Formats: sequence, structure tokens, C-alpha cells
Amino acid sequence: MTSPGMKRRGVPLIDGVEKVTGRARYTADLDHAGALVGRILRSPLSHAEIVRIDVSRARALEGVVAVITGDDCRHPYGVLPVAMNEYPLARDRVRYRGEPIAAVAAVDAATAARALELIELTLHELPAYYTAETARAPDAVLLHENKVGNVERAVHHSFGDIAQGFAAADLVREATIDCAEVNHAQIEPHAALADFDPLTGRLTMQSVSQVGYYLHLMLARCLDMDESRIRVIKPFIGGGFGARVEVLNFEIVTALLARAAQAKVLMELTREECFITHRARPQTTTRIKLGMTRDGRMTACECEAVQRGGAYAGYGIVTILYAGALLHGLYDIPIVKYDGYRVYTNLPPCGAMRGHGAVNVRHAFEVLVDRMARELGLDPFAVRRANLLRAPTRTPNDLMINSYGLGECLDRVERASGWRERIGKLPPGKGLGMACSHYVSGAAKPIHWTGEPHAVVNIKLDWDGGVTALTGAPDIGQGSSTMVALAVAETLELPLDRVRVIAGDSAITPKDNGAYSSRITFMVGNAAIDAARNLRTILIEAAARKLSVAPEFVECHGGMFRVINGTQPPLPFADIVKAALVNEGTITAKGTFTCPPEAQGGKHKGGAVGSTMGFSYAALVVEASIDAATGAVSVDKVWVALDCGYAINPLAVEGQIEGSVWMGLGQALSEETRYLEGLPAHASLLEYRVPTMAESPPIETHIVESIDPLGPFGAKEASEGALAASMPALIAAIANALGVDIDRLPVTPDRVVEALVERRRRTRLDSLRKAAS
Amino acid sequence: MPGAPAPSKRIVRLRLNGRWREDAIADNALLVDYLRETAGLTGTKVGCDGGECGACTVLVDDVPTPACITLAVRCEGRSIETIESLASGGRLNRLQRAFHEKLGTQCGFCTPGMIMAAEGLLRREPHPGEAEIRQALSGNLCRCTGYVKIIESVRTAADAES
Repeated sequence: MTSPGMKRRGVPLIDGVEKVTGRARYTADLDHAGALVGRILRSPLSHAEIVRIDVSRARALEGVVAVITGDDCRHPYGVLPVAMNEYPLARDRVRYRGEPIAAVAAVDAATAARALELIELTLHELPAYYTAETARAPDAVLLHENKVGNVERAVHHSFGDIAQGFAAADLVREATIDCAEVNHAQIEPHAALADFDPLTGRLTMQSVSQVGYYLHLMLARCLDMDESRIRVIKPFIGGGFGARVEVLNFEIVTALLARAAQAKVLMELTREECFITHRARPQTTTRIKLGMTRDGRMTACECEAVQRGGAYAGYGIVTILYAGALLHGLYDIPIVKYDGYRVYTNLPPCGAMRGHGAVNVRHAFEVLVDRMARELGLDPFAVRRANLLRAPTRTPNDLMINSYGLGECLDRVERASGWRERIGKLPPGKGLGMACSHYVSGAAKPIHWTGEPHAVVNIKLDWDGGVTALTGAPDIGQGSSTMVALAVAETLELPLDRVRVIAGDSAITPKDNGAYSSRITFMVGNAAIDAARNLRTILIEAAARKLSVAPEFVECHGGMFRVINGTQPPLPFADIVKAALVNEGTITAKGTFTCPPEAQGGKHKGGAVGSTMGFSYAALVVEASIDAATGAVSVDKVWVALDCGYAINPLAVEGQIEGSVWMGLGQALSEETRYLEGLPAHASLLEYRVPTMAESPPIETHIVESIDPLGPFGAKEASEGALAASMPALIAAIANALGVDIDRLPVTPDRVVEALVERRRRTRLDSLRKAAS
Repeated sequence: MPGAPAPSKRIVRLRLNGRWREDAIADNALLVDYLRETAGLTGTKVGCDGGECGACTVLVDDVPTPACITLAVRCEGRSIETIESLASGGRLNRLQRAFHEKLGTQCGFCTPGMIMAAEGLLRREPHPGEAEIRQALSGNLCRCTGYVKIIESVRTAADAES
């Protein structure tokens, strides 16, 4: 692991100039001259049978080119092969308010809107369920016939004897913590541009997808087309955070419209429609119980999580499995029991969101650890230190851990925040809190198991001497293309600007499993290094021929090739490229990466979820101010340390840590979706309260490098691991400031005031009881 | 336009990125649609359903203005500046350079609006403090950065020789 050439402060994004000049073209910016406008008709009811859809008047309207309904696609789709239960346009039944029912392609937006009004809809309303509790009631109508009790998946995992674990504890406590549903709210609204050419029968799709390959697969499935006749191209993408990891209904609808219209169709969703499309973090009720010895050792953990999943499967099974699996891997807990329930409700489907599955359960866990530490009179840092793992190790649920920097993360933020000197000594209304979290560096077992490597990168080198790395990994703003360029440039010891990256075009780039579960740095990074090494071997062989020595006597440094200990002048890169092309022509080097079987989790049902090549680890301190009169909470400062193995691009790592911490604070402070009888009441960026710059704290970031033995240059993920810690750290800071425990997120002022009132009431009752006895 | 009565249009003369031009613009056309569809300047983004996110911020006579809630016809005789106007002479403007080098941009979608809002701030107040920056840019949402490196970028630009 050496990387002398890398600037240790990091490099700007290789596509940064496009972004700061406005030249970067996102889907809505693409050339759509002559394209029709697509629009979607959405269900006005939360749950209903579709009795009749009459599109004849819409179809007759001048300027309308195509109208489609559920009849135009008979294939269900979905991200998990075992749970495809959704149609791009509803067939027979709608299960949430806003579900797509029909779509039109017209010459302009006004005509398309008018056409939607002309579609006649007859629905037979069914009972609708907006909470997991009502949906699970014995007499509830089933949303999906094969799912008893409207439970999409119940998970029961037990490792060790839980009763014995609690018996070994000096203190056993339980808490029930509620986290509201939140949304990704990436700033770019969803959009797709589908071009169906009737003369060739080919479809070109440009969309906001984080996983072009899934989109490609589902388009072929839903349109009954041969995969080879479809091309999926990734434009610039304005954020994702998981919103675009699943194929989204509007993407397939746009393609169906383009084929029906035999034309190019641009679909741009409104912000309200983006919220309805949803696929984000579900409302979760977590009941968590922990056993702890007097000195803070955790003896056992029991957890029940209920997720209000929305109307369709999506990623739900994975989300509810992650919630249990990632109880493991952060601390050394010998005994863990988990029961998870993913419940269907008549609301927009939930899905994957940054920290997928792990965040709300981690929040509940850390909140309880903080409370128990207080009860035992222990420092929260000391409690974490009493439960550290030692790498390499395997967890009770068989997750592989080869590197573990949590201890150093704790040291760094404890020192940086001045914790020891300041805790308990802050002025009234101010508090300090801390928490930890972790996340996977890619799912070690892909969802679509094909036997292929987990990542492939190609490098093309031609007469011009430019090195072009081809990857299917979509850069959605996280800087993955820059990471690939750095990995290639470092391995070949070339200047970064000699490497160009082309990402996300199914006609050009190798298939990739996409931007999810923070897999790209670990997997695609390793594949890029492998490809660069293979290219280096080709170049060394060419140099050896030119220098008339055996390849093992040639070395390459800084783009210069020379005989080891030789006296001949070194040969520059350009000369060696020309030599390598003789009799060969254009060089293509391929690199792959495959997660070994031991990384792919336990043999128990669902054991693959949570498995990874390596976990990132984070420790975080929040300083907050709370106004006891109004209940207003503000975060003054955050100190965070993240173990990302090795920072290939420290600048980008910092950016990812800052963004994830801030996103967690948004969930903790103000973000919440709200539905009124299934109608989204939050569906704008005014009502859905993302923190603005005025209310966002300074975040001091520390990078910890534990050097993972299998990571590219030792690297692990950096984008998700710190998110979950920011929520419980804030709750701990509030408890530190006011002495109240908050069980619900977000901590809106009314909830803080409620907690204060409740505490006063309880104190009064206690003193009355004491007086009486 | 089929299906609906066409709105009336008028000839509007405005100065766009330093050049005067005339266009026939519908009375109800939004400035952002004029910029993106008529003038072909797609650097200005639409991130919301109207006035929520700041991604469409442009300068109208030096004042940061959300183009998505501004009628194009109200810009008669005014100077409109978009992100496309900032780089000149083969050089990025100081804010563009700072956002690029300090990673004030991640996905980049809020960036044009953010930079135009910051440009408006620096024209009004060449050396803003952190509180002023936070206040001036609080109408521009970013979902990637947590704003940390955006603030650093604006401060760096303010300190730089233009």
C-alpha cells in the first residue's frame, strides 16, 4: 500500500469544471428537440379496485400521440427477483394515493395536462391502512393476497441464548423509539428521456438511475424487448442517496410511452411527484433491550423493528434484514436476538436510503446505550471502549471484519471536542452528546446473482497515449469517477489528467451493479487497480522488447520505463505506448473484482444481507443548544471521525462525511413526511424541512485510516457510515442539556416541550408519592 | 397550442449575459423556461415546483432572483446573468474556481444557483462574514455537502483576487 503520488489533501472532481460552469447536462438538460412531453395520471384514492379506465376522449384530443394504461404492460417489476409485485401502471388495483394509472405523450405540456383530465376513471374504494398497526389488524384487507397480515417479511434471527445473556447483566433496560419516515430529497427532480426509433426498433434511455443495469433489465422485461436493442446512458445525475437505486415506475412508463408514440418522450416529474415516487427510509418503531454489566460491557441485545413499508415490495425485504444484521459489527455483543416486520400500508413505497436499513435501529440502540451509561454513572466513551471488537474477527451472524478503526475514531473526537474537560460543565441550555455507527462497503453478495465478478473495469489505450477507463459505475455526485481515475493513475504512476473516465453507457462501458450500498470504492476501485495492473504488465512487456531485456528487469516509475539498475536512458510513456501497439493495435485491459465466499455472510436465511468486504466506522460528538421555553434545538458544532480504511481522495471523503452527518441531523431535527388520509402533506421543499445553510452547524471532520487488507489501497466506504451516529448523538446532547429523554424523531420543538412537561409532571407525582408514604 | 387558448406574446428586449436580444415571449412564460428553452441556457436548473430550492437563481440587475417564480416579460430592459456568463477569457471566475477546488460542488445540481447567489452576495458585500454567507445563501438548498465546503468555497473566493 503505497501511493506516493497522491496529493494527500485530495483532488477536485474530474468533472467539477462542468458542474461549476453549468455545462454539465442532467437529464432535463439533454437535447430534447422534437420530443413529446410525458405526463402521468395518478390515483386519487389510497386503495381501490380499478373498475374502468376510459381513455378514448384523451386519445381523441388533438396533439395527443399516445395514451397508455396498465393494459400496456402485463409484467410486474421490482428490484428483488423474489418480490416483483408492482406494475409500472396499476392493473386492477391501486394501493396508494398517487400511484400511476395511465400516462400520455403529447406535443406539449398543456396538451398532456388536458389529456389527463379527459381520462375517465371508475374506482371501487377499499379500506386503506396508513399505519403498520392498522394494516396488521386481523380483519384488515390484504394489499397483496399472498401476504398474511399484510406482513411482507417477518425476520427472526437469534444468535446465542438471550435469557442467559440478560441474566449475566447487572442492568437490563428497554426503550421504544420511533423514527418518522424521511425522504432523500435529492435536489434534481426525477426525469427520463426515452427515444424509441421505429425504423430500427431500438430504444435509447437516458435517466437519473443509480443502477443503469437494473433499469436496462427491467426495460427489457416490461417492454418485452431483447436486451441488446436497448441502450441505457447515464447523464449527469443530481444526487441519489438511494432514491434511484430501484427502477422507478416513471422510467418504465416513459419508455412505454416512447414505444407507443414511436418517438422521443421527455418525462419530468414535479417535486410533488418525486415525493410520491418516494422509496426512502420507512417510519420505524424499534423496541430495543440491552443487558449491561456494571462496567459497561454489553451482554445481550434484543430488538424488534417494525417498518411501515408502503404499498409495494421494492427493497423492503433487504431493508428489514439490514436492520437486524447491522446490530452486529459495530461492537462486541455476544448474544443478539432480532425480530423484524416489514408491513404493507397504503402509502408510497419505501426503499433504500443512505445507511439503508441500519439507521433507525442504530439510533434506537445508541440512545439506549447513552441512557444506560448515565444510569450506571459511566462515561459514554468508556462504555463504547468497553465493547470494542478486535479485527480480524467474525460476528455472531457471520459477518467478516478485517479492519476496525472505531477505537481511534473515539479517541479523535473525544480529544477534538474537548469532551473530558467540558462534559457536565457547559452553561445551562447547552449539552454534549456522542454516538457511534458503521456501514458496509458494498453488499458482498449482489442481489442479482449471476456468477459474474462483482465489478469489471476496462481500460482502453490507443495511439494518442490517452488512458480511458470505462466503468459502468455511475457517478451521482459522490465522486466515483474521480476515484476510478485516481486508482488507475496511481497504479500506472501517471499524472491524473492523462486518465479519462467514461461511466455509465451500456453500449460502451462494462456492466456494473451500480451506486448502492457504498460498493463502488471497494469493488470498482479494486477492479480499476486490477485493470491498471494488467495494462502495466502489457506496457512493461513492450518496454522489455524495446530494451531487449526480460520483463522482470523492467521497472516503471512516474510514467518512465527503465532497466532496473541499468545505464540506458529511461523511455517515456508515449514511446512505450507506440511499442505496445505494434502488431496489436488498440489495447484493452480488463480488471475484475470478486468478493470471496467468506465475505458473503452466514448460511442462515437472509444471512447475505449485511455481509460486506469491510465496514466503515464512525464516532461523533454533537454540541447543541436547547431553548427550554420554546423547545427549539440548534446544533452548534459536530466533531466526527470516520474510519474509511484509506482515503483515496481525502477531499471527497471529507465531503461525503460532512454530507452524511448533515443528512442525519436533518432526520433528527426537522425532516418528516406526513400524510393526511394518504395524501402527502409534505410534498414540497418548503413543507419537507431540509436544513438550510442558516441552521446547519460547522462539522469538523477527522479521517481515520485503518488500512483494510482487502480494500483498494486499503480503502473502505466513506459515504454512509457516519449518518446514523448524528441522530442519537443529538438526542444524547439534549439529554445532557435538559435531562429529558426523547423517544421520537424528529425532535421538533413541540416534542421537546412535551418531554419537559412530562418530566415536570413525573417529578411532581414522585414528590407527592414520597409525601404520602 | 391545441386544447387551450394560446397566451398572448410580446416582444421583450433584455440583456442576457452581456448581450442585448429580443424575443417574442408569452405573458405567462417563466424566466427559467425562457432561459432553458428559448435561449438554450440549461445551466440554470429547476429543482422544485416554484421558489422552494434556489437551484434556478440568476442575477437580475445584480440581484439574485429565483428564475422559476419570475415572469420573463418582467425582465424587459433588464440585465440577466446566468452561470454560463461567469467564466471568461479561458478562466473560471473566482467562485467557480473555489467551488471546484474546495469541493463546494458534489452532484452539481444546486451549484449554478448557489454560485449565482454567492456572486450576488460578493458584488454587494465583497468580504462577508460567515453569518452573512449563511444568511445570503439560506434560500439555496444543497443535499450533498452539508454546506461546509460551500461556505469554505465562498470565503476562499472572497479572499481571492478576482
